[in-house]
Amino acid sequence: MASAPLKPQKPQSVRRKFAPWTDPVAQPLISFRNVVKRYGGVVAIDGVSLDIYEREFFALLGPSGCGKTTLMRMLAGFEEASEGKIMLAKNDLSGVPPYRRPVNMMFQSYALFPHMTVSDNIAFGLKQEGMPKAEITARVEEMLKLVNLRGLEKRKPHQLSGGQRQRVALARSLAKRPKVLLLDEPMAALDKKLREQTQFELMDLQQRIGTTFIIVTHDQEEAMTVADRIAVMDHGKLVQVATPAEIYEQPNSRYVAEFVGDVNIIEAEVTRAASGDIALKSDVLDAELRLAQRADVKAGDRVAVALRPEKIRIGKEPLSEVHANCAQGVVYDIAYLGDLSIYHVHLDNGFVLKAAKTNLSRQIEPPIDWDDRVNLSWTPDAGVLLKS
Amino acid sequence: MSSEKRSLFARATIAIPFLWLAVFFLLPFLIVFKISLSDDAVAQPPYVPALSFSEGWAALREKLALLDAENYAFVLSDWLYVYSYMQSLLLAGIATAILVLVGYPVAYAIVRSPRGLRPVLLLLVILPFFTSFLIRVYAWIGILSREGLLNQSLLSLGLVSQPLEILSTNIAVVIGMVYSYFPFMVLPLYAVLERMDDSLLEAAADLGATPAQAFWRVTVPVSVPGIVAGALLCFIPAVGEFVIPDLLGGSDTQMIGRTVWNEFAVNRSWSVSSALAILILLVLLVPILIYQRMQLRELESR
Amino acid sequence: MAMRKGLSPVTLTALAGGIAFLYIPLFLLVIYSFNDSRLVTVWGGWSTRWYQALPQNQALMDAAWVSLKVAAVAATLATILGTLAALALVRAGTFRGRTLFAGLVYAPLVMPEVITGLALLLLFVAIDFDRGFWTVALAHVTFTMCFVAVIVQSRLLTFDHSLEEAALDLGATPLRAFFSVTLPVIFPAVAAGWLLAFTLSLDDLVIANFTAGPGNTTLPMRIYSQVRLGVTPEVNAISTVFIVVITAVVLAASLAMKWQQGKAEGR
Repeated sequence: MASAPLKPQKPQSVRRKFAPWTDPVAQPLISFRNVVKRYGGVVAIDGVSLDIYEREFFALLGPSGCGKTTLMRMLAGFEEASEGKIMLAKNDLSGVPPYRRPVNMMFQSYALFPHMTVSDNIAFGLKQEGMPKAEITARVEEMLKLVNLRGLEKRKPHQLSGGQRQRVALARSLAKRPKVLLLDEPMAALDKKLREQTQFELMDLQQRIGTTFIIVTHDQEEAMTVADRIAVMDHGKLVQVATPAEIYEQPNSRYVAEFVGDVNIIEAEVTRAASGDIALKSDVLDAELRLAQRADVKAGDRVAVALRPEKIRIGKEPLSEVHANCAQGVVYDIAYLGDLSIYHVHLDNGFVLKAAKTNLSRQIEPPIDWDDRVNLSWTPDAGVLLKS
Repeated sequence: MSSEKRSLFARATIAIPFLWLAVFFLLPFLIVFKISLSDDAVAQPPYVPALSFSEGWAALREKLALLDAENYAFVLSDWLYVYSYMQSLLLAGIATAILVLVGYPVAYAIVRSPRGLRPVLLLLVILPFFTSFLIRVYAWIGILSREGLLNQSLLSLGLVSQPLEILSTNIAVVIGMVYSYFPFMVLPLYAVLERMDDSLLEAAADLGATPAQAFWRVTVPVSVPGIVAGALLCFIPAVGEFVIPDLLGGSDTQMIGRTVWNEFAVNRSWSVSSALAILILLVLLVPILIYQRMQLRELESR
Repeated sequence: MAMRKGLSPVTLTALAGGIAFLYIPLFLLVIYSFNDSRLVTVWGGWSTRWYQALPQNQALMDAAWVSLKVAAVAATLATILGTLAALALVRAGTFRGRTLFAGLVYAPLVMPEVITGLALLLLFVAIDFDRGFWTVALAHVTFTMCFVAVIVQSRLLTFDHSLEEAALDLGATPLRAFFSVTLPVIFPAVAAGWLLAFTLSLDDLVIANFTAGPGNTTLPMRIYSQVRLGVTPEVNAISTVFIVVITAVVLAASLAMKWQQGKAEGR
């Protein structure tokens, strides 16, 4: 596959400090205000309010049918909101047809016009604008350069590889210099290796041109890799809107914790709640659970605790004493993933905890084997208390 | 685009063909129905009452009162007309049954042919459909006549001692129908068989079915929609067929399409031919509705 | 699996039999058009005399000209209307009267021609439209547009809707999106629809019989009046010309379409 990476630019560190959503005076570029979409009696979007800022790379993440695509298509103008407003740069978009919106979309199927060459595809939007011919030629040239497709301008879409088609689609949707670029599952048709490479290229491209990107994806790794912020959706509602790290480390609900990454969910009852130190009792653990977290709970509350497998230490050597946040059990399944292994540990009371361990040495024989008796332990800041 | 907001262009795509079909297809049938309730007259047009809106509402109501169902009573009480309907249904039914039996193996064989050859074979089946219907029916006159090529070959081979009387019989009509409607039967069958997933047969074989069992228990049931579509596509127009009975049939072939034409052109009775046409429609209403349903379902299914 | 793929002797026989059944009558018709004898059942040696006589048959030539004109006009109008009808059925979503509309599109496909012809004639009489060239043409538009609609409809069903959305997204109005993207992509189906409408119109006897005026005898009407008098080598000759021309056009068109399709989709 001849898809050379985009020219590497000087690494930029601006990205780390980029957080306009924390700035109380920053004005959002896009604003969804109580948007509802109904199809007949079915509610597809259920009261979504969301601000997206200029230069942001924003991801809409959720399983199929959660409404993420509908939300994007409403922004593109293919669907009208049943209730609420969508604002773009302070203009109300309702009633504006797709062909009059400064928003362009890259389609999941790429939707390249099969009867046109690569150049004609890229030039299509510019021609609709009535841009002078010389300018069109220059812009097409610029776009081809941007996505590294020079030399292929006379080809028809069917003469291109999957990766090349994806680039043409990207170039075509960027040619008009839209305020916002919408990407509908842009990498779904690519194989894994190419997908990862393309993700980085896309981030790099977005940094350089500074256009606001909104990506729709069901792939949580993809969303976490490319996006500044992620909105996790479920049944037409936004469940959590936050940075990738916040989504992963501080999920606000069981749904988000389970949708993003691997997790153990332990149901428990609060026995003692002091600020920054919560003690819980669970039916599945003999030891006490301790969380170093501030949360609005009181003794007697039923809650759930999310515990990521990689936050659990697993070992055969016995613990010196039985303290909080520990458990004992027998390994009954090992998922060997190469870089790490996931151990499924049967606790003595029947509950299963998953623990991950990085494979630091090149041993073929696993240091911890099936049916080994193991000890598990974790720190008080490893788990997250979830109320819903 | 969502259905609540339709562009002007989208509206035009509905309105223009809709209007056309309403004026040139729906309205004519209402007129046929109205004339079927009228009486013949020596006038131009040759029926009364001739409705005209220019004469005012009262005159219109007076004329509407003249409409009655006596043409229907006349048609249904005449044994010849009833016989004509029965014969049409019978001959079209026989032809359709033969078409299923002949068309199925051909469609099946095309689907089983090498992939590259399929479009060619399909084109071979469709090609005669493009050439004139009339010419194809005409071609059979020279074959089936008393001194025709079929009898010449049979006599020279010594298979018969006397020439067979086929032309101008209902057998010739059925042969003509099978021949003319052959592509209409093969095409829908091909479509449904071609779409069938080969792994269905592999699964059947895997579960212990012999090829013959797999054919009867899997292939045939799966292709039922194609059989029904093909049968309707042949049966409905065949019932009202005019050219085939007229050229290949005999004096006792009184298919209803021919009868309508005779009433209209020979007897000049527009009202009776209208009543006959409405009755054909009534008879064919159920198959036509089934056919439309199937088409619509095909449209929705993708 | 070799057992099910490929042709068994039984299916091969069926195929050969079916093709032979379709072509032997036409083949014989062509052979006997070269018969020197006026008696169609007796072979009198090869001759092209019936072909040489065709151009002298002024009535036949006139009828052929009328038919070609009617077919060209009818097919063109039917292609426009049929394509619009297909778009309405596939793309317009639900609208009031959609079931009725679909019924009106599909009914003419199976409607016995005698009924359609009679109904259209009675319409023309009722609105006092003199029978002539245009009555035949309008009647042909009406029944052939439905065939066009079905062909274009099946192409539209597999048409990737996002292509048109992409055009809208890039700033094309719905009308421009249709002409610059949708129409070029579905063009082979539209062209096939035109060709089918053209041949159906050229071929129609019954509806023309009802709706044609005295001065507008079409070719099938002329042939029919000769056929009723019996089989003649002259009719065989004109039939052969008809078959050869139509076959050549259809073959050329399907080759062109295949080539075009290969170019457009790389398959």
